[in-house]
Amino acid sequence: MTMTIEAADKTFEAYDPVLRDTETLEVNLGPQHPSTHGVFRMNVKLEGETVLSLKPVMGYLHRNHEQIAENMSYLGSMPYTDRLDYFNSMSNNFAYALAVEKLAAIEVPERARYIRVIMAELTRLVNHVSVIGFLLNDLGAFFTPVLYAFREREKILDIFEEVAGSRMMCNYFRFGGVKRDFPAGVLDRIRKIVGVFPKFLEEFEGLLTQNEILCLRCQRVGVLPYDLAVSASITGPMARASGVNYDIRKIDGYSIYNRFKFRVPLGTVGDVYDRYMIRVLEMHESLKILEQALKEIPEGPVLNPKFSALAKAPRNFKPPKGEAYGRVEAPKGELGFYLVSDGTPQPWRYHVRAPSFINLTVLEDLCIGHKVADAVIILGSIDIVLGEVDH
Amino acid sequence: MEERFPGIQVQIVNQGLVLKPGDLIRVAEFLKESEEFKLNYLSLITGVDYLEHLESVYHLYSIDLRTGPVVLKVRVPRDNARIPSLVSVFRGAEFQEREAYDMMGIVYEGHPDLRRIFMWEGFEGFPLRKDYIPEDDDVLEWEDVEWLERHNVKVPEDLKEHARRLKEAGKEARAQKPTEKEV
Repeated sequence: MTMTIEAADKTFEAYDPVLRDTETLEVNLGPQHPSTHGVFRMNVKLEGETVLSLKPVMGYLHRNHEQIAENMSYLGSMPYTDRLDYFNSMSNNFAYALAVEKLAAIEVPERARYIRVIMAELTRLVNHVSVIGFLLNDLGAFFTPVLYAFREREKILDIFEEVAGSRMMCNYFRFGGVKRDFPAGVLDRIRKIVGVFPKFLEEFEGLLTQNEILCLRCQRVGVLPYDLAVSASITGPMARASGVNYDIRKIDGYSIYNRFKFRVPLGTVGDVYDRYMIRVLEMHESLKILEQALKEIPEGPVLNPKFSALAKAPRNFKPPKGEAYGRVEAPKGELGFYLVSDGTPQPWRYHVRAPSFINLTVLEDLCIGHKVADAVIILGSIDIVLGEVDH
Repeated sequence: MEERFPGIQVQIVNQGLVLKPGDLIRVAEFLKESEEFKLNYLSLITGVDYLEHLESVYHLYSIDLRTGPVVLKVRVPRDNARIPSLVSVFRGAEFQEREAYDMMGIVYEGHPDLRRIFMWEGFEGFPLRKDYIPEDDDVLEWEDVEWLERHNVKVPEDLKEHARRLKEAGKEARAQKPTEKEV
């Protein structure tokens, strides 16, 4: 029997009261669930498969990062910042170094600034490819896209290993510069990666952007309106997908970002698909910044000579009394460190503004009314790392 | 400032405006709505323990005008730390206020769901206050005591006693545990 759409709608309406009569079910998604990207729990109330309410429960990885840092020398917590967002240790280092440099008014040599920007942008590439890979994982394309993404990620991690000595826990930045200069040949290898990366993006996008399943599952799912994004302090690609024109690289122009030409991609709808698309476009912009930085990078020292002895005696470093807030545009959003110094070798207060923690504020608003399977990809598109959420 | 808000008391410390708790919401609302400032983005809330008082620090930025930060500070006594919640003005305050409550014990009045966020329910104390003593701060095991004494370190008698008790409790527990044969 064929049925017009209106007729089908009417039949559906007739059944609607019966559909509503289902029992509410309370389900705990996580903490041990592959879709939660770590130990994170979503306390979900369901009617059928529709989400009625969702309460995020976190803290399983809480280790009181802030208190540990308050009992250590300033330099001592630099390696510990790596463990916040373990995908992007370089940008964590960057934010912490900026905050301390602001507190103690430390100058950074020119070459070190370029090295910092190159490392931060490489980190952004690493983060965004992996996030997109994992998002596809959540959609059910089990691990093939992740492996495509990880193939490229490995190349960049090799660079990190050669430069910093470690693939993920880089601990590369120092107050007043970076730990050591690039070894010979690394710049050429970065140039090569930057040259090849667009080809990979083309391949990746060719498989995904127009993909029918991806479009169906992601478009108009988890829409974050502009006003809510602003009022809920959402930052990073998630805010820009909702059209919030806020990129700290542009606004603060910290380090030397004001010298580079790049655009800030903005979304119009604010759904999961926009968040995916913004990340792809941001990778293109990161490549532009990298190209410019690699062209202009000067020779010279990489560490402010006044602070090169600091590594051997970190407890001699006593910033003047005061407070400072240093923030960067980390791949996940605004990452900042708020430091209060009392003139001793330890910070009196050390506070992390973790972007993925604050971006979780709107998780419930995004998920209500969607199916459970959509809640999983909405969480994936927010892009959380539990090391940072729970700090 | 004083013209707009009659009876307000403002102090400027380290480029921050120190406000009375009662004035916080109307000042924040004004800064958010006014055309002049448009500080519509609450970047972070930090609780700080200054021993003589607790402080809640707010960093406000403007997304439209690209200005900021304006730093607001509210000081409250340690034993009666109550600050009105900003959730009605900025949704982004929700989790951050829960964090400050969890770590510092600042009660944000009017918060829709003020629970601990990182620590578990029923946890006592506020870990980031300066007078907080971690539970395992002074626990030594008997092996540690032996090691320290071998290296000529004097171990206080009460710590030694505690370690001895732990050791004996362990022995007892092992003795009570049924052997495989019994099972």
